[in-house]
Amino acid sequence: MSTDVTPEAPGAEGRPLASRRGTTPGRFGNRLFAGLSTASGILILVTLAAVAIFLVREALPAITASPAAYADFTRDLNLGQYIGPLVFGTVLAALIALVIAVPLSIGIALFIAHYAPKRLSGPVAYVVDLLAAIPSVVYGLWGFFWLVPKIGPIMDWISQKLGFIPIFADYAPPAKNVTSAAIVLAVMILPIITAVSREVFLQTPRLHIEASLALGATRWEVARQAILPFGRSGVISASMLGLGRALGETMAVLMILAPFARGTEVYSIKILASAEHQTIAANIAQQIREAHGMGVSVLIASGLALFAITLVVNMAARWIVARRAAFSGAN
Amino acid sequence: MTAVTDRPVPAPDVAPNFTTSPSGRRRKRTNAIMATLVTLAFLIALVPLISLLTEVVIRGGSMLTWQFISTDMTGVFGDSPDGGVRHAILGTLQITGLATLISAPIGLFAAVYLVEYGHGRLAKTLTFFVDVMTGIPSIVAGLFAVALFAILIGPAYRSGVMGAIALSVLMIPVVVRSCEEMLKLVPNELREASYALGVPKYLTIIKVVLRTSLAGIVTSIVLAIARVIGETAPLLLTVGIVTSMNTSMLDGRVATLPVFAYSQYSQDALGVGADRAWGAALVLILIIMILNLVARFISSRFSIAEK
Repeated sequence: MSTDVTPEAPGAEGRPLASRRGTTPGRFGNRLFAGLSTASGILILVTLAAVAIFLVREALPAITASPAAYADFTRDLNLGQYIGPLVFGTVLAALIALVIAVPLSIGIALFIAHYAPKRLSGPVAYVVDLLAAIPSVVYGLWGFFWLVPKIGPIMDWISQKLGFIPIFADYAPPAKNVTSAAIVLAVMILPIITAVSREVFLQTPRLHIEASLALGATRWEVARQAILPFGRSGVISASMLGLGRALGETMAVLMILAPFARGTEVYSIKILASAEHQTIAANIAQQIREAHGMGVSVLIASGLALFAITLVVNMAARWIVARRAAFSGAN
Repeated sequence: MTAVTDRPVPAPDVAPNFTTSPSGRRRKRTNAIMATLVTLAFLIALVPLISLLTEVVIRGGSMLTWQFISTDMTGVFGDSPDGGVRHAILGTLQITGLATLISAPIGLFAAVYLVEYGHGRLAKTLTFFVDVMTGIPSIVAGLFAVALFAILIGPAYRSGVMGAIALSVLMIPVVVRSCEEMLKLVPNELREASYALGVPKYLTIIKVVLRTSLAGIVTSIVLAIARVIGETAPLLLTVGIVTSMNTSMLDGRVATLPVFAYSQYSQDALGVGADRAWGAALVLILIIMILNLVARFISSRFSIAEK
C-alpha cells in the first residue's frame, strides 16, 4: 500500500539511515512514516496547484490567440463574448437556487435543532442527508420527467399574471428554463446548507436559550433572539458553500435547461423564458464532444473561469467559518 | 417585530397572558405561524425526495430484469428493447476501484500527517486547501484530467485511468476530512501509554492509532466511494461511453452507469432510452444504498467504545 503512493520517499532517506539503524529503535520506521505522511500532504497541495496550472496551460492558446483562430467554434464571438453569457447564466442559476434553498434550509435546520421532538430530530436529519446521496444524473432525470411537466402550468400562470414584471415575462412551454434547472439545483444544495446551519444552531449556548425562555419568550422568540443571531455567520458560510456547489453543478442543468444557440450573446433576466441561458459547466459537457484543437482550449478557458469563481466563493466561505470558530466560545 | 425586550419583565410567578392582552395574542399568533412555516419547510423538502425515489423505483423497477443486468449494448439498435448495463456496472466498479486505490492511501496518510505530525504552517495550509478542494466543481476535475493527459499523451487519448484520476481529485479531500475526524477520536491516553512502553512513534500510529480507528477509517472510505460513484460530469469528459465491456484501463473508452444513464436519456428521452436511463439510475442507487449499509454495519459493529 505504501509503495504505490510515494515510491521516492524511502529511497531518498532510506540509504544513509540504514547504516545508523540500531542506535535508536524505530528510527528508520519513524522517518519513513513521517516522510510518507508529509509527502501525501504535500502531494495534495501539488495536485490542487496542478489543477490550476494544467487548466491555465491548456487555456492559454485560446486566451492568447486572435479570435479568428477559434471563430469556427464560437461562431465569430471573441473569448469574452463567448464566456460572458455563460458566466452570467451560471451565476443567475446559482443565485435563483440560493434564493429558494436558503430559507427552506434555515427552516429545516430550525425544525431539527429547535422544533422537532428529540427522538424525531435524528431521523429527520437523516432524511435530509439522504438527498445528498442521490447522484446528479438521477436528479437530472427526475427534473426532466417529473418536475418540468408539473412546474410548467405554474410558471405559465405566473408569467400571465406577473408578466408585466420583466423577470417573469415570456414563458414558453416546455418549462426547460433556467428556473426549473435552479429548482433542481436548490434541492441538491439543500442538504449541505441544512447540515451546516443545523450544526451551528445546535451549538447555541444553552444559557442564551434559557435566558430567553426565562424572559417569557415563545418558541419562535427564542429562535429569533437566541438561535438565529448566534448562527448568522454559520448560515452565511453555509449558503456560500451551497453557492459553490450550485455554480459547478453540471448534469442537472445539462439535462433540464434548453440553452441558447451557439454563437449568440444573450444576457437575459427573463428567468422563465426558454433558450436564453446556459451555464459554464453544462456548456462544457455539451460541447466537448464536437470540439477539437482550439475549441477544447476555449472550453478549458471557460472551465478556468468557473474554477476561479468557485475557488473565490469557497475560500470566502471557509474563511468565514474559520473566523467564527476562532472567536466563538462554542468550543 | 414583537419587541419583547422593550416590555417590562413580568413578575416571576405570572405566566405571560397570551389570551387577554392584544400583544400577547399577536405573539401567540406569530409563534403559531412560524411553527407551521418551519414544519412546512421540512415537508417541502420531503416532496422531491419521495417523488424522486418513487419515480426511480417504479420506472426503474420495471426495467430491472436479469437480462438487463447481464447483457451489454452490443448490436442493440433503434427501438429494440434489448440490451443492458453489464458493461456499465463493470466499468463503474473498475474506475471507482482504481480511484479508491489512488485516493485511500494518499487521503489516509495525509490525515495521519494532519493528526499525528502536522502542527506548523504546512498543516494549516493543508487543512485550508483540503476544504477548498472539496468545493472543486466535478466538471473542473474532469477538465483537469483531460488537460493533464492531453499534455502527457495526446489530445485524443481516452481511457479509464483518466476517469479514475478525475474522480481521485474529488475523492481525496473527502477521505482526508473524514479519516481526520476518525483519528481524532482516538484518545491521547492510548498514544501516551504506548510511548511510555518505549514503542516508536510509527509503530504507535500503526498498532494503536490506526488499529483503534480501523472501523471508522473503513467506514469513511466506503462513504467516500458512495460519494463519487455517482459522479457523471467528469466521466462524461474523460471515459465517455461504449457499447461493450472494456477491461483495459489504459486504452479506450469505458462505459459507466451514470454516463450510460445520461447517454441513453440524451439519445432517446421519450422512448426506450428513457427506460434504460431509469433502469441504470435504479442500479446506481442500489449500489450506493448497499455501500451506505455496509458503512453503517461496519461502524456499528466494529467501532471503538468511545463513540
